[in-house]
Amino acid sequence: MSQAEKSPAERAIDPGPQGSRSPLWTLGLLRSEISTLLRRHRTYALLAVLAAVPVLIGIAVRIETGGGGGGEGGAEGGAGPAFLAQVTNNGFFLVFAALAATLPVFLPMAVGVVAGDAIAGEASSGTLRYLLVAPAGRTRLLLVKYASVLAFCLIATLVVAVSALAVGALLFPVGDVTTISGTRIGFGEGLVRAGLTALVVAVSLAGFAAIGLFVSTLTGSGIGAMAATVGLLITVQILDSIPQLSGVHPYLFAHYWMSFADVLREPVYWDDLSKNFQLQGLYVAVFGSAAWARFTAKDITA
Amino acid sequence: MTDTAAEAGDAAARDARARAVRATGAGVASPAAPVIRTRGLTKRYRGGRPAVDGLDLTVPAGSVFGFLGPNGSGKTTTIRMLMGLIDPTSGTAEVLGRPMPEAARTVLPEVGALIEGPALYGFLNGRDNLLRYDRADPTADPRTRRARVDEALARVGLAAASGKKAKQYSLGMKQRLGLAAALLRPRRLLVLDEPTNGLDPQGMREIRLLVRELAAEGTTVFLSSHLLDEIEQVCTHAAVMARGRLIVQGPVADLAASARGRLAVTTPDPGDAARILKEHGLTGLSTDGDRLTADAPPAAVDLADLNAALVGGGVRVRFFGVERGSLEDAFVALTGEGFDVAG
Ligand SMILES: Nc1ncnc2c1ncn2[C@@H]1O[C@H](COP(=O)(O)OP(=O)(O)OP(=O)(O)O)[C@@H](O)[C@H]1O
Ligand SMILES: [Mg+2]
Repeated sequence: MSQAEKSPAERAIDPGPQGSRSPLWTLGLLRSEISTLLRRHRTYALLAVLAAVPVLIGIAVRIETGGGGGGEGGAEGGAGPAFLAQVTNNGFFLVFAALAATLPVFLPMAVGVVAGDAIAGEASSGTLRYLLVAPAGRTRLLLVKYASVLAFCLIATLVVAVSALAVGALLFPVGDVTTISGTRIGFGEGLVRAGLTALVVAVSLAGFAAIGLFVSTLTGSGIGAMAATVGLLITVQILDSIPQLSGVHPYLFAHYWMSFADVLREPVYWDDLSKNFQLQGLYVAVFGSAAWARFTAKDITA
Repeated sequence: MTDTAAEAGDAAARDARARAVRATGAGVASPAAPVIRTRGLTKRYRGGRPAVDGLDLTVPAGSVFGFLGPNGSGKTTTIRMLMGLIDPTSGTAEVLGRPMPEAARTVLPEVGALIEGPALYGFLNGRDNLLRYDRADPTADPRTRRARVDEALARVGLAAASGKKAKQYSLGMKQRLGLAAALLRPRRLLVLDEPTNGLDPQGMREIRLLVRELAAEGTTVFLSSHLLDEIEQVCTHAAVMARGRLIVQGPVADLAASARGRLAVTTPDPGDAARILKEHGLTGLSTDGDRLTADAPPAAVDLADLNAALVGGGVRVRFFGVERGSLEDAFVALTGEGFDVAG
């Protein structure tokens, strides 16, 4: 261990980049995270299934009403199938019909797969230990993972909406939009409302995404976490449909999901929407903290 | 026979410990602080038997440090604690003079690690794997990222295969890519858990050369291995673990020397030879055809006298000499002959 051998190692401590960390680094890691997510075949399979739903609905409606004219119609609030009747008159409504059809199961299932896999998948492939010794930092990694799951929520919702809009425009006439309240708004204004709706749906999934992330920190098995998350979703949907349990319904993360239709009222009816947002915020706070507490204290042995 | 072997083992361990203490004493005089220092480091997984038990490890700066031990002796567990992946049950660990895992954010950018084999994103190609790991390092400069990745790929001989999906890599190629990830930046410490696992002979040679090269640049290399040859060839220092405990640590030369050599005699009269050697107080005798071996006598005994006694006793000697102890002998003496993994 002569002086000559030691000096390069000591030099390595001094120079600039070692100590300085760019404040934009977290964004760089997030970009890496999202681009990694978008390069998995699994992600494309999920998005393809979501994109296919509006196509199927569109074709089914088209065949069903081939003779022309949607007989049973009328602007009712809330429930999904209500939009179906309007699709034949205005393809624009396929966006809402498709969101209403995918929100109960397909959309959250896709989110559950991605969220459940977020940490557990990295743990089971062993890449988690290398991210941590890089060192990504446990809190930052968790935040970046959650942000990328939220990005996936938005991407998935937009895939459904855009696919529905395209199919609707192809198979049906499009034009001015009749709101649930009965007033008419221009097609441009309608598009804005559709975009807003997609955003609301994506936010609706935030609570469930946080649950998925928490489950993901509990296990070292990606498949296990995905299965548990999706299982939980189905359980909650069943609980939400049992009238005898109406007392707990307002606390179930899926309870206000269908409030997104209120965006299509004139003026927008915010009551249930804001209840939904508050509930999602609560879930994010509770399960986000739980995930953080678990992940920062966890032994990474995989 | 087993008794004498165990005795010899104990003696060897005591010997080596004494030397190691002397070596550490010398280390205090040198200004460089140890790169890794643990005090009473202990880990129990889920309350079971300790996987690592009261470890006091000191890795001097600039050394190539071999971390030896049978399967399940706690090498990987120690490395996980040093890298802040798991919390010790008790005790402390310092890496680069700062406490782990508390100082992970400042320490780890200066540490390259290969822990329990490589882990890769199979759906990304080799280069993108490295880019991803580099992006996870908050202190890595994004402007030099591509250049550093290319350099690391070239260093492990993967430049030509960098566009291939990692899931199509062979075991050795994965191992090389894992090494490349550890070499993305100039490091002060490299922690390599069985780095030559799955490599071909050329690969092993290259890793040895690489380790020497890095050591010459001033990087301290901490490597765990079962391949004693490898340790003997590249390491300046070594430590031996068994059942979670540190048995010995010190300069490799001292450890190998501490394995007492064997006196070997080749003769057509092994029976007489054994009798005469026994009369002269030699222990650990064993005969294999016309070859007779015994624990090397203490330095006070002149080998020439022994040989003369043999010849004087009518033994026809074809070969007579002491065979130097290897690190393998020291290792087996320290950790026991048993093949079964401790439970
Ligand atoms: N995740 C874990 N949970 C519980 N026990 C574990 C875990 N990992 C290791 N152990 C136990 O800790 C002990 C030490 O294991 P470790 O992996 O540190 O050994 P090692 O020296 O690296 O062995 P090898 O040479 O086979 O790699 C073993 O008894 C093992 O069973
Ligand atoms: Mg190991």
